[in-house]
Amino acid sequence: MDLSAINPFLLLCAILVSATPLLFAAVGELVVEKSGVLNLGVEGMMITGAICGFAISVNTGSPWMGLLAAAGGGAVLSLLFALLTQVAMANQVASGLSLTLFGLGLSALIGQGYQGIKPPEFPTFGVVVAEATAERAALVARLDILVFAAIALTAAVWAFLKYSRAGLILRAVGESHDAAHALGYKVVRIRVLAILFGGACAGLGGAYISLIRVPQWTEGMTAGIGWIALALVVFANWKPWRALLGAWLFGGVNVLQLNLQAAGVDIPAEYLGMAPYVITIIALVIMSSDRSGAPASIGRPFHASS
Amino acid sequence: MATPVLAVLVTMVAGGILFAFLGKPPIEAIRVIFWDPLFSEFAFYYRPQLLVKGAPLVLIAIGLSLGFRAGIWNIGAEGQYIIGALSGAGVALAFYPLDAWWIFPLMVLGGALGGFLWAMIPALLKVKFGTNEILVSLMLVYVAEKILASMSLGLLKNPEGYGFPGSRNLQQYPSAHNAEIFTGSGMHWGVAAALIAVIFAYILLNRHMLGFQIRLTGEAPRAARFAGVSPARLVLFCLGTAGALAGMAGMFEVSGPSGQVSIDFNVGYGFTAIIVAFLGRLHPIGILLAGALMALTYIGGEIAQSKLGMPSAAIQVFQGMLLFFLLALDMLTHFRLRLAAKGVA
Repeated sequence: MDLSAINPFLLLCAILVSATPLLFAAVGELVVEKSGVLNLGVEGMMITGAICGFAISVNTGSPWMGLLAAAGGGAVLSLLFALLTQVAMANQVASGLSLTLFGLGLSALIGQGYQGIKPPEFPTFGVVVAEATAERAALVARLDILVFAAIALTAAVWAFLKYSRAGLILRAVGESHDAAHALGYKVVRIRVLAILFGGACAGLGGAYISLIRVPQWTEGMTAGIGWIALALVVFANWKPWRALLGAWLFGGVNVLQLNLQAAGVDIPAEYLGMAPYVITIIALVIMSSDRSGAPASIGRPFHASS
Repeated sequence: MATPVLAVLVTMVAGGILFAFLGKPPIEAIRVIFWDPLFSEFAFYYRPQLLVKGAPLVLIAIGLSLGFRAGIWNIGAEGQYIIGALSGAGVALAFYPLDAWWIFPLMVLGGALGGFLWAMIPALLKVKFGTNEILVSLMLVYVAEKILASMSLGLLKNPEGYGFPGSRNLQQYPSAHNAEIFTGSGMHWGVAAALIAVIFAYILLNRHMLGFQIRLTGEAPRAARFAGVSPARLVLFCLGTAGALAGMAGMFEVSGPSGQVSIDFNVGYGFTAIIVAFLGRLHPIGILLAGALMALTYIGGEIAQSKLGMPSAAIQVFQGMLLFFLLALDMLTHFRLRLAAKGVA
């Protein structure tokens, strides 16, 4: 085993990249949950975004169009959830699950014929970590603009929730929809908008995986990242900056286990591969006592007549 | 009662549109999926498959429905199914090649215990720390899949398998083989277990105190607490039962239709069972019917795949749509549609 092969700065960049899809999805879901809605369909919206982004960028040759399509695809799918839960007042847990099941199937259907194709390259910039020497080539870490966009989005959501009037209304709707309704706020409209935002973010996160991080399309490639994003919101106690911290932590675990696999540690790859999921469970257990940031109305249906 | 039927019909229409978009003849596709498995000239071959595919769905969905009724969301049945299959197969392979009548019953117990213990992880965490059982049970699906991969490459690998991944074929080990009770009927012990589970669930929910408490907790959690229902006990019971049933389903599958532990052993029954549970209105008899219908779409989907070149993902979308429409049409039971001119209130 050769741990010295792992360069710390390279590791840091890899963690940033690994955390980005998670961060997009988690920040989106955080806004949704702050409005009092629990959307368990993150995984479905992510994978739909992943394939929509992939298909459009392959067909148009533009990764930017792909990202746009991914956000659109995620949002359209989340609109179905919004219709179910806000208009038809269906159970949010069941609706979210159906969104995930439907999204996984839909993405597999769209994704036929896209397997084994390389998407158009996304512009990245290399950070030279170590100069080329006689023994080895230069070490270059690749980062891209979306890594920073995700962090900027976290900051924007934080500022929106904390300082803006709209953010205050959104939180009011999440804490007590009856009170917000009595004050004249359009509870359903606000929640639908929040759900759409969450869907677009999840779609972007999915596209980040299929267009930039992997970049390739395989069925079910999000592999539970959407669910980890949901866990991350709980872990973050519904606070944007803590979601960022959590995303880095999970990204770190993931990168570390991949690096350990590559370095040939004496643990079977399957057991190392469990690490992100097991860490998620442990994090959930640790955080489950503190739910102070949880919106009071989360998961409860609202109808103006009640 | 009418909503599930309506949902199925609406899904057929929407599915037909979807199939038309895929360039397949919609009416024929629907006929191939829903009619051919039952009444075509090759139906004698497909009808037994209905039991084979339906049994695990019903067995898992019955367990899930208990929890869903009480607001306990175990969505990790797929993981419990895998662990049940692994422990059931593990028992068999531990005794290989011993020939004894008690091996198969022991495997059933092993499978149930494996699923039960796997479900106890989210249950105990929920009871002890209040951890969200939805996320924990789901995370454990991914962990179980990794264990499955590791087992079929390592501990349970067939020593005479020429290095290929996968365990010994239990169909060739008579003491462990979950053989058909009546040859050619598709009726294996898992089908019997599913029927027994339906009956037990029916009695539990309608005639037993615990069943009443489950229903009460789902419909009026506050009233249930005042009535002295212990939420912790319900969580342990519902998750434990669901886990044991899912584990048994996995064990019957690995020792029967599938035959061996392999990396891609699980095919998503644990997730489809969620649809079955809802489509069956969380009622045992309903689940039985819904399980049969869902099995039909699996088989019909396979026929459509070979006959019409329908992609297998199309069926997955179809099943997802079914749950969508069911949830959407539930509005009709909550509200009454009334055509009225929009005027000033």
